This record gives sequence, structure tokens and C-alpha cells, in this order.
Amino acid sequence: MLREITLGQYYPTDSVIHKLDPRVKLAGTLVFIISLFAFGKIEAYLVATLFLASVIKISKVPFKFMIKGLRAIIMLLMITVIFNLFLVSGTVVVKFWIFQITVEGIKTAVSMAVRLIYLIIGSSVMTLTTTPNDLTDGLEKALSPLKKLHVPIHEIAMMMSIALRFIPILLEETDKIMKAQQARGADFESGNLLQRAKNMVPLLVPLFISAFRRANDLAMAMEARGYHGGEGRTKMRPLEYKGRDRAAYLILLAYFLVMLAVSRLNLVETALFSALGW
Amino acid sequence: MGIIKAAKLAFDYLKLDENGNVESKQRAVDGVDLEVEAGDFIAILGHNGSGKSTLAKHINAILLPSEGALWVDGKDTQDESKLWEIRQTAGMVFQNPDNQIIGTIVDEDVGFGPENMGVPRDEIWERVEKSLRAVGMWEYRSHSPNKLSGGQKQRVAIAGVVAMKPKCIVLDEPTAMLDPNGRKEVIRTVHELNQKEHVTVILITHYMEEVIDADRVIVMDAGKIVMQGTPHEVFGRVEELKSWRLDVPQATLVTHDLRERGFDLRPDILSNEELVEELVAYRAAHAQEEGTARVHQD
Repeated sequence: MLREITLGQYYPTDSVIHKLDPRVKLAGTLVFIISLFAFGKIEAYLVATLFLASVIKISKVPFKFMIKGLRAIIMLLMITVIFNLFLVSGTVVVKFWIFQITVEGIKTAVSMAVRLIYLIIGSSVMTLTTTPNDLTDGLEKALSPLKKLHVPIHEIAMMMSIALRFIPILLEETDKIMKAQQARGADFESGNLLQRAKNMVPLLVPLFISAFRRANDLAMAMEARGYHGGEGRTKMRPLEYKGRDRAAYLILLAYFLVMLAVSRLNLVETALFSALGW
Repeated sequence: MGIIKAAKLAFDYLKLDENGNVESKQRAVDGVDLEVEAGDFIAILGHNGSGKSTLAKHINAILLPSEGALWVDGKDTQDESKLWEIRQTAGMVFQNPDNQIIGTIVDEDVGFGPENMGVPRDEIWERVEKSLRAVGMWEYRSHSPNKLSGGQKQRVAIAGVVAMKPKCIVLDEPTAMLDPNGRKEVIRTVHELNQKEHVTVILITHYMEEVIDADRVIVMDAGKIVMQGTPHEVFGRVEELKSWRLDVPQATLVTHDLRERGFDLRPDILSNEELVEELVAYRAAHAQEEGTARVHQD
């Protein structure tokens, strides 16, 4: 279950996407998501598909890693699609018993599904091609103006990167504790929701205790290695924009403009609908 | 003065009640005097709760003495202005490999210490390469630590300390959570650092096999140093070691039992190789008698 979330699962290859500045990738993901939700035309989705597909191709990360993250939202996806399909009113296409499917319903359902799927894949591309440390570095640098408002950006970034580092370790630990408790007769699978939640207690208590212990150890190890906050710290990988980062920003801008342009068109939709006779 | 010097060092773990008042005290380290010379390989032995880890944490100024004092390279650990210098001089490797790796990529983790010290970027990379090569983990520099074995993770942790260029490394049971192969890897790495880089090593452990090659062995019990000397001196005293609830290396134990049965062997045998050598020599010396005995039997 939790295992399927690809967040923080860096997949190393030597692609250009991997080498990009994390700030570019952050901005790219943001622009991509905005473009998905701002432009709801088929042409726009085609352009977005093309863009996403070429980024995935260039990143050299196997496609199956991209869709791994989808499994976590499959329920949400189904609910969204079904609700939109049956509950949106408009021109009726099919009707049986109390259900009716409308043209508008199909349109929203499909576009919501595409948006959600692309949202997850788009952010997976970012997390798979950026080390969590780069990612937090990028966030730290991008948000550094907030330091003037006494927001502890460095500390937040450090906490995030540690959290990301410990996600797989704690997942493994959860698995171990689960098996150990199952061996003693614990039941995590049957019963109603309340019962199940109750049954989680023998899993969560040891997990929390162990997490605190780990936190204590880690704090000691960090102190022993001279960590004393962000002041006076140097970076082994300081973030500096290079030629390829500027090029990436330009491509991003071009993508956004193309999206803007094609969403004004309505050719495909009109052609499709007239062919179907809707 | 040696690189580490402790004088009447004592430490109490305090148990506080809800209001922060001291409920009870437990003395973990009790009047320890210690002097370590630069370049030495020191092993500290003791069963659980003997105070050996508490002592180790004083060397890195993670804990500060309740009584007495400890100097690292001439700097008093209670002097707060020297704290970061002390931590740079005496690096520390802990027991659990997962809980001391901060970076998500091997080289990022090794660079963490130098980054904290404010070392310029190019030098960080030099240090990272040098220390990863020193522990034989350079090929794994772009791996995620989660995919390494326990022994490899511990070597990365050692590289992380080495990158800070410490004069002394304290290893607090670095092999306790490893399998036998991992243990060998780590101990070999530590010995190499000691011999090639002349780093002072303080190895805390309860595995006897690991201390055989140390320059000096210190045995602790109930917060006090109870035995001290070269491995040969310490392990020669099998009965005394047993009274401190410690095992002795197998070869030493076999020698000890044989000696009790009247075989005239050297008492300070530590490794299997030494035992074999001694037994071969013993047989050669006694072959004459044995030969005559056999003729009589026939």
C-alpha cells in the first residue's frame, strides 16, 4: 500500500533532466500543473501529453516507475470519474433507470482523469529525476527571500530532506512490526473501519517509539559531525544556473505559450463531436 | 599530554520527575583516568552498562562530565567556545548505521561534515573522494545509502568522519548490528586508517576478536577501568576476564583449558594462527617422548 508511493524515490540515470537545476524542475512542475488545470481543451491535453512524453523519454527513467505513483490515487481517480460521469447535467447521451450520462459528464470525467493522472506523473518525473536533497536545496534557495521575514527556511529544508531520507526506512520498519504483530495474532485486515483503526494501535505505538529513538540517534550523529544550523555552512553542490537551465526555462515558456495558443482553438473537439453526431 | 586525557572523569545519568527535579542519579562513569597517545589504537571492552559508550560520548563532547575533566588535543570539553573544534578533532561513529547517515546519496552524506565546518566547495569534493577511497566505497558514491549492506553503510559513516580530517576517531560499537562479513570489513577499514593515515582510534566493542590487534585494551566494568594493557597481557588473564562477564577469544580459551590439563603452552595466545604455531612447536618438542611412548605400547 504505502510502498507504492514513488515520492522520494530517486532513479539515477545520466540524463539532461537529472542535471537540471532543481529550481527549474520545481518551476517546470508548477507550470505544467497550472497549464493542465487552466486549459481544458483537447488540443491542450495533446500538447501536454507530447510535452510529458518527451520529458519522460529524455529522462531515461523507465515508464513503469512513473505510473507506480498512480496506484496510490486509483480510488480517488475512480470516484472522481464516476461522480463526474453520472452527476453532471447537460445533453443526455445514454440513459438507464435513474442514471444518465451526458456529453458534459464525459467531458469533465475524461478531463479530470487526465488532469489527475498527469499531475501525479508530472510530479513523479520531478521526484524521480531529482535527489531529495537537490529538491530541498532548490526549495531552500527558491524560498530564501522569506528568510527576511524570519521564516526558518534552512531548518524546514533540512527537516524535509531528513523526512525523505527516512521514509523508506520507516516503511521497512512498519512492514517488520506488522509481520511481528501478525505472528502474535494481530489482525490488520478484517473488521469495519473503526475496528481496523483500533487494530492499528499495536502497529503505531512501536513505530512511534522507534521513530523517536531514531530521531534521537540522528540528532546526536548530526551534532557529532558539527551540524549547527545553516549559518557558516558551505554547500558541496551550490545551485548555479547554467546554460541548459536557461534553455529549459525558455522551453518551458514556449510550452506555456503553445498551450495558451492551442487552447483558443477548438478544432479537434468540434471535429470529434460532429463525427459522433453529438 | 596525549591526544585524549581524562582525569577523575565521572558522569551521572539523572532521572527527572515531572517538575524537573532530580529523582535519582545513576553513575555511569566513575572516576576514570585515561591517557591516549596520538596514533594509538585503543580498544575499550565491557559488557552492557559498563559505561563504555558513555565514556565515548564524552570524547566528542556530546556529554559533559559531571565531575572531573576531559581534554581532547589539549582542549577542555567543557569550554563551550571550543565545542566545534573538539568535534572536528574527535569524530564519532555510532552503532546503528541507518541512524547516522544524513545524506540521501553516499557522497552527499560524506560531505555533510565538511559542509558544516564551512570548508570551500572544491576542497569538500577532494575530501569526499579521498575519504571514500580510503574506506573502499568510491564506486558507490552515487548510490542511495538504503541500498547498501550494513558493513558498507558503516564504512560510509566512517568516511563521513574521515572527511572532517579528525585526529582521532571514536567508534561506539560500530559492528554490533552487522553480520560477520560486515564486521570484518569495518574492522579492516579502521585498522587501515590507523596505519596509513595515523589516525588515533578508540574502538568500543564487546567482540573479543576485534581487539586482538589493538595497541592497548581497556576493560571497563560499572563505570571504572578494571583492566588495562596490551591484548596479550589482558587476555592472558582468562579467569579475571571471566569475572568481568567477558568472553575471551576461542584460541585463548582452548589454550587456557589445555594449560589446565597440564600442557605447557604459552599463556598469551590470541589467534587461531598463533595457537596452531604453538601446537606444532609443542608437538615437535615432544615428538621424541611420544615416539618412545608409542614403541612401548606396541
